[in-house]
Amino acid sequence: MIKELASIESLFYLAASIAVIASLKVVSRKNTIHALLYLVVSLLAVAVCFYLMGAPFAAGLEVIVYAGAILVLFVFAVMMFGLSQDDVKHAPQAKGISHWVGPVILALCLLAEILFTIESADVQQRLNATIVSSKDVGILLYGPYLLAVEIASFLLLAGLVAGYHYAKPEAQGGHL
Amino acid sequence: MLLAVLPFYPLISFLLLILFKKRLSWAQASFLSVGAMFLCTLTSFILVFSLDSAPDNVISVHLWQWFTLGLSVPSASSATESAINFAFYLDALSAVMICVVSGVGFLIHFFAMIYMKDDENYSRFMAYMNLFIVAMLILVLADNLVLLYLGWEGVGLCSFLLIGFWYQEKENVLAARKAFIVTRVGDTAMAIGLFMLFNSLGSLNIQELSSLATMQWSIESEQAYWICLMLLGGAVGKSAQLPLQTWLPDAMAGPTPVSALIHAATMVTAGVYLIARMNALFSLSPEVMNYVAWVGGSTLLLAGFAALAQSDIKRILAYSTMSQIGYMMLGLGAGAWSASIFHLMTHAFFKALLFLTAGAVIYALHHQQNIFKMGGMAKKLPFETSLFAIGLLCLMAIPGTSGFFSKEAIIGELWSSSTAGAALWWCAIFGALITSIYSCRLFFLVFLGNTRFTGAIESSQSKRLKGALITLAVLSLIGGFIALDFNTIFNSSVIAWSDSGQEPSWLHTVAIATPFVGILISWLYFKVYRVALPEEVARLAEKSETHFIIRFCRNGLGFDWLYSNVIVTPFTFIAKLNKRDVVDQILMGTAWYVTLWRDVLSASQNGLIRWYAAGFAFGLVVIVGAWLL
Amino acid sequence: MTTIPLEHVLILASILFIIGFVGVIVRKNTLFMLMSLEVMLNAVGVAFIGAGSVWQAADGQVMFILILTLAAAEVAVGLALLVRMQHCFKSLDIDCLNQLKG
Repeated sequence: MIKELASIESLFYLAASIAVIASLKVVSRKNTIHALLYLVVSLLAVAVCFYLMGAPFAAGLEVIVYAGAILVLFVFAVMMFGLSQDDVKHAPQAKGISHWVGPVILALCLLAEILFTIESADVQQRLNATIVSSKDVGILLYGPYLLAVEIASFLLLAGLVAGYHYAKPEAQGGHL
Repeated sequence: MLLAVLPFYPLISFLLLILFKKRLSWAQASFLSVGAMFLCTLTSFILVFSLDSAPDNVISVHLWQWFTLGLSVPSASSATESAINFAFYLDALSAVMICVVSGVGFLIHFFAMIYMKDDENYSRFMAYMNLFIVAMLILVLADNLVLLYLGWEGVGLCSFLLIGFWYQEKENVLAARKAFIVTRVGDTAMAIGLFMLFNSLGSLNIQELSSLATMQWSIESEQAYWICLMLLGGAVGKSAQLPLQTWLPDAMAGPTPVSALIHAATMVTAGVYLIARMNALFSLSPEVMNYVAWVGGSTLLLAGFAALAQSDIKRILAYSTMSQIGYMMLGLGAGAWSASIFHLMTHAFFKALLFLTAGAVIYALHHQQNIFKMGGMAKKLPFETSLFAIGLLCLMAIPGTSGFFSKEAIIGELWSSSTAGAALWWCAIFGALITSIYSCRLFFLVFLGNTRFTGAIESSQSKRLKGALITLAVLSLIGGFIALDFNTIFNSSVIAWSDSGQEPSWLHTVAIATPFVGILISWLYFKVYRVALPEEVARLAEKSETHFIIRFCRNGLGFDWLYSNVIVTPFTFIAKLNKRDVVDQILMGTAWYVTLWRDVLSASQNGLIRWYAAGFAFGLVVIVGAWLL
Repeated sequence: MTTIPLEHVLILASILFIIGFVGVIVRKNTLFMLMSLEVMLNAVGVAFIGAGSVWQAADGQVMFILILTLAAAEVAVGLALLVRMQHCFKSLDIDCLNQLKG
């Protein structure tokens, strides 16, 4: 019993619950900035989980790239284009709770099925506490997954070009 | 064989006219149709003259076998199936009928050639007239009842087509529909009679039936009663007798040659022909003969009263036709077979004459048919006046005319007949009185007195028209002297002037004097029509519009109102209630089902992204659920 | 040190995924839909990392890196399109995009 209450594991569960609660708040906020901040919290909590699962590199990446770059990008977009307030007509709360009922039921069905699958698959494995260091990740990246890395760089390039092109101001030939 | 091709002249003409309707000129169409009729007439006369030299005075010809009917009842005939053939049978009765149909038909076609000349559907009109002649010839020449029924339905169809010839006017179509439906009721009764007949005797060949019936049925048997009653129902429908007489006055919506041909001379006599043909069966059922006589007697009185109150010249003639056919039915019911057929022939002559002359008058007055708006035509249209007068004299049975001989022949046999009697004799006499009264009323209002017609009068100067009318007039006058010999068919000759014991001696005198009494009464009573000024007559006309009894008589003694309220209204009410019945609901259910699916599927294609995402999830739930279970 | 059963990690991943999914379906604002998509992607990453940890292989983290890359590119393009949408329709309601015509 005491083993199960070991602090490391409880930290994991704590972080997991923070992540879940924060995600719930993300999808239900009216104010965009608040939702983004809750998302940051969720991501940080998940980074903690990663760290406790023995993946520090992933945890670092999560914080730096996901929370630090992608969400900051979101924040910039919100700031620059004045999208801060989700107008009344978009807010689900304005329509009342009935708006949520259908999707929630559908989602709960899906969740139930997934959980049932997981239960019935009878997964016995346990996480290993040993750390998989960034060196191992690097060796893998420059080894078997080299092609994937190159393709990912294509993807980033495409995203870059697209982002630049679509948001060009009119003065420079865009449709903005 | 001449007999075999007789109906085919007008049939070929009909087909050609229908195929090449608008591409034929008036001359070509007339040549085809009237030429076919001429050939028919010629052939009929040749056949009649060759009848004398034929064995048993019968000519029969078998064209082809139509179908066979199985036997359900063992009968005296052999155990083979009964064959229904396309075969024609010509004896003295059919000979009279084909002569009347072809001859009068030819004259009427000749008249129509001029009368309908300017109509744009001329070919279609002549085609239908020819088709009618085909059907009528088949009817009278048929040697079995199924072929007769074919002709029966054919004339009903042509009547419908021709009454509604000017179909652009709604009333014409309604009148045609009414005629068709009312005669249909009679046709159904006749069909039931045919079924019962086949069930009972196992054959539908007329000659066989006559011999089988006399052998197998006793007099006043159940079968004879019901079968003859059903056949009477059919005859009543086609001949516009009580209770199915409501269609004939409305049928005057058709062109005048149609009224002359179909509703005076030929089609309405088909019922009379049927009963005369089946006289062997009817003789076995005196009760039904009594019904026939009463139907005839009551119709002739009803029609007479109705004719007294009409204001449309053609409707008066229509009711007059109804009344005269009542006479024929009365004669048949009394057992005066030959006399009735004789009257049929003479009636064809003078009624066709009356209708065609009325048509000429209407044409001259630019389609004015209300007699209260005519008057004084004797000075303006002398030719038509004299012809009309000849026709009316025949109608009233003035001595010397053909109508006199035939009507007296019928009346003479009523008193001592076992199926008619004194009461019906008095009906006939009273009917003759009313006939003369309404005839005189008609004549005075249209031809005598002062003109009430405002407008130009242009009578047709066509020699052909006049020729046709004069021929009919001559036939009406001399037709009484044509000797008809029905000895081999009926057991009585045409004119039975016998004093058979119990008859009072004053019968004949009263019968001959009646029309004169009628003329005298009308002369005095309708004096105002003869001499008064137009305004007075107009006033009288208005008064008659509102007078209750006159209105009642004008509306056919309330039969239309009765049928409309008792039969038509409940029927349409039930039909409306039943509009959404079970079958309808099933079909509508199919439509609803399809519409439902359409709505569902189109709702799922609404272009909203979130719905599509939800669709993914839903599909995933379903698939995973199916996989899990 | 006792370790966490893989089951729980998978359960966490699926809960986060479902929450993100609900967000995608319910919210009409495109920006919120994009955010919910991020939540979903993140949840998938959790599952991968957990699996990698069980087998002591770095493949889980490699997958996570690729997912991250994908998310970055997606956000870049997505936001650019969002800006275009705001410019065209003057609103971020995703139901404006229900016609194939731009």
